[in-house]
Amino acid sequence: MSVLERLPQSAQTGAACATQAAPLRQRGQHEVFCGLTSIIWLHRKVQDAFFLIVGSRTCAHLMQSAAGVMIFAEPRFATAIIDERDLAGMADLNEELDRVVDRLLTRRPDIKMLVLVGSCPSEVIKLDLPRAAGRLNRLHAPETRVISYSGSGIETTFTQGEDNFLASLAAELPKAPAAASASLMVVGTLADVVEDQFRRLFEALGIRDVAFLPSRKGSELPEVGPNTRLLLAQPWLGAATKALESRGAILIEAPFPLGEGGTTAWLKAAADTFGVSDDLFEQVTRPGRERARAALAHHRDDLCGRSVFFFPDSQMEPALARFLHVETGARIVEVGTPYLHRTHMNADLAQLPGDLVLSEGQDVDLQIARCRAADPDLIVCGMGLGNPFEAEGRTTKWSIELVFAPIQGYEQAGDLAELFARPLRRRAALKVEI
Amino acid sequence: MQLAVWTYEGPPHVGAMRIAASMSGLHYVLHAPQGDTYADLLFTMIERRKSRPPVTYTTFQARDLGKDTAEVFRTACQHAVERFQPQAILVGASCTAELIQDDPAGLAKALGLSIPVIPLELPSYQKKENWGAAETFYRLVRGFCGGVGQPDRSERTRKTCNILGSTALGFRNRDDIREVKGILDALGVPVNVIAPLGATPADIARLPEADFNVVLYPEIADTAARWLERTFKQPRSTTIPIGATATRDFVREIATLAGVDPEPALEELGERLSWYARSIDSNYLTGKRVFIFGDATHAVAAARVCRDELGFKVCGLGTYAREFARDVRAAAADHGVEALITDDHLEVEDAIVAAQPELVLGTQMERHVAKRLRLPCAVISSPVHVQDFPARYSPQMGFEGANVLFDSWVHPLMMGLEEHLLGMFREDFEFNDTAEASHLAALGGKADRHASEDGDTSPNAGAAPDGDIHAPAAEALPAGWTHDAEKELRKIPFFVRGKARRNTERFAAERGVAPITVETLYDAKAYFGR
Repeated sequence: MSVLERLPQSAQTGAACATQAAPLRQRGQHEVFCGLTSIIWLHRKVQDAFFLIVGSRTCAHLMQSAAGVMIFAEPRFATAIIDERDLAGMADLNEELDRVVDRLLTRRPDIKMLVLVGSCPSEVIKLDLPRAAGRLNRLHAPETRVISYSGSGIETTFTQGEDNFLASLAAELPKAPAAASASLMVVGTLADVVEDQFRRLFEALGIRDVAFLPSRKGSELPEVGPNTRLLLAQPWLGAATKALESRGAILIEAPFPLGEGGTTAWLKAAADTFGVSDDLFEQVTRPGRERARAALAHHRDDLCGRSVFFFPDSQMEPALARFLHVETGARIVEVGTPYLHRTHMNADLAQLPGDLVLSEGQDVDLQIARCRAADPDLIVCGMGLGNPFEAEGRTTKWSIELVFAPIQGYEQAGDLAELFARPLRRRAALKVEI
Repeated sequence: MQLAVWTYEGPPHVGAMRIAASMSGLHYVLHAPQGDTYADLLFTMIERRKSRPPVTYTTFQARDLGKDTAEVFRTACQHAVERFQPQAILVGASCTAELIQDDPAGLAKALGLSIPVIPLELPSYQKKENWGAAETFYRLVRGFCGGVGQPDRSERTRKTCNILGSTALGFRNRDDIREVKGILDALGVPVNVIAPLGATPADIARLPEADFNVVLYPEIADTAARWLERTFKQPRSTTIPIGATATRDFVREIATLAGVDPEPALEELGERLSWYARSIDSNYLTGKRVFIFGDATHAVAAARVCRDELGFKVCGLGTYAREFARDVRAAAADHGVEALITDDHLEVEDAIVAAQPELVLGTQMERHVAKRLRLPCAVISSPVHVQDFPARYSPQMGFEGANVLFDSWVHPLMMGLEEHLLGMFREDFEFNDTAEASHLAALGGKADRHASEDGDTSPNAGAAPDGDIHAPAAEALPAGWTHDAEKELRKIPFFVRGKARRNTERFAAERGVAPITVETLYDAKAYFGR
């Protein structure tokens, strides 16, 4: 079959799009991480911050199992494990927390921002962490700022932890003077290398006042005010966007910067807001676009016409599906996402065909049954499901890598495609049977 | 409240999952919020299991808390039974569900299911993973064997046994079972049931039929085996067959329990560890200082092997398994060290630094510590890592296990003659401590060190071991040394130089000698005897 013949119908004819599709909502077992898991990248991104989970042994065990990275001498996160004495009321939880924080700050005087992170148990026993953070902040500021947010699994899924963290951080940002000139704030963690690439592009476009949130230092927070324009680098930022809007900032609507098309549209949205001329935009982005197209070409043959099924994981799924569908010609069977933020996803959904299944939340057993019935060429799913699917003879891409690898921007467009193409290529290359 | 970065054990419901995942025909319905499903990847990723562990999580959310989380549990439980059709189910709560007190046991009973329901009470804020596994196995055994009369074993010509304690995610359990089964075959002792690994609930119900129990991992099986001993007069074995001598002891113990002659089996089965240890090239192993930390079973067994079979000196011994602290203390006393009983990995790290070992035998946690300190290390116990499930047959127990121990504990150490050559020709440009290993020269720079960072089980593979646990390879010399003494110190091989330096400085400080001269260096050497 030629590549063209394998192209999905909608990519050729432009059938009705997915923005109107009613998502499938089922209630059952979820197979996702809780919001605490965001700490795995946040603690590396914000170099002077320390994340202290107030939770149970399960939380600590989750962090080391999910991270699978005990390579760091001492990570900038830890768990204050609530024990029986705390629950029986024999120990005052707040006093215990103060003691743990004292011990931590004595050992790590380099910490400039301490982040208390709420968990399922701390939420259920109604431990008031914002209040505790306020108390500890009075004790330890200005050397160490203390803030809090909830990453509990009864409220948040995976990337929503970062959303809550940034929402909490939004309240801490210094106020920009009313007379400040328009500035751009890019919201959502990006790999440092990607951040630097975007910084150079904005600079070339003449957008000089650009800040990234979270910043690499918790002690160097950007200003926010009515002249701040927000550009989302990640799709999971509902609460953070709201919090920044309440500080006066205004959201620029854009798709997410994945692949050539996504990145161009994302940059264009910012360029239009800042009055960049079409000529300059064209001139600045042309080399990147050309490189992205060239890099994508290496993987198109592997992906074009292939059917892909997304299990919910990070909320990036609709944007990733858009990339695969539009830029590589893959056929999307189902886009599962833990939470669908329609406003933020609008631009990406508009480019997806109307005949795919869009599902929000999960009953994992029913979803597995749907997936088996659809028998897709590639299943994008979490680590709990990957090997069992492979053992059934199916091909999978583990989704967590899409959050942990630099995939945004022109220079990473080829890498992103390769993440999906590699399992297919590998499957074709291996001559061993299972 | 306890501050923890890494933990040796997960919560007790993960222990219960390990039992459920070990068996077939059993399903665990766990009242838990969505994030707790991370535990699935322990099995699918670390163990590379081909199927999802048989666990259904109720996945209650904050919005359910105000309404009816009990209903969420009932629905999940009913669906799980219909969907997976197990022979029996375990029901219980994770840490968060324990707080909302929905009583999964009562709820499951009220559903009137047609299959047995084994309720689990695992106090998450008090107990840990191994306890949870032991308790779950015990509850299963009681649930399926309780109320059964004493089986009639009088007709039997040969005594039979059960093998108890192997689980999913257990350190090399998969291969140990095959090895131990081989020993029992050689002795002519039929195996009635192996549990939990590979058993069904129906198999658990058959446990009382055996004449005795072989307990391989007391952390998991001790509680159940003691109950079986009391209830069905089934004696249990107590020797753990790790190492050549312990395996021979084990063969004799099993032979006694089974009433057979051990000698034919002992003659048939052999190992190479004993001869390799006696072989003259192993001389350099004599008195190597080894620090041992792990679960109680593996740590105590490793200490015996180190001293009696490899000629090492045990300079530290400890466990994170508080339930077995007494056994480890007794063993430590026997080795003339103080036992380290802690689940704080930072405390273990401090103890390793203080003990100045030349080899570390520990868990993945100690492997990382050893890597940082540039000490040779081998993993001997859970908590496990994907590398602890090697593709090859690699038991710890039995005679083949002894061979594996020799290879995996000795190979990280530098070979004897190489050690001498390094000492004799210190100025060879390819041989000194700032030079790269010559066979890796093409990689340039410090590439070998970085290569070994990327998850090699022997941390010093390709890199020259460096016994100086504080200073980097080309360390700066401290003040207080004369130029000549400094030069002389540099002639000492780098892997023992740190110790020589510290000993000399201590010797000098205690005697008020300053500055340190070549004479002081050799006085100290004579005084400390090395």
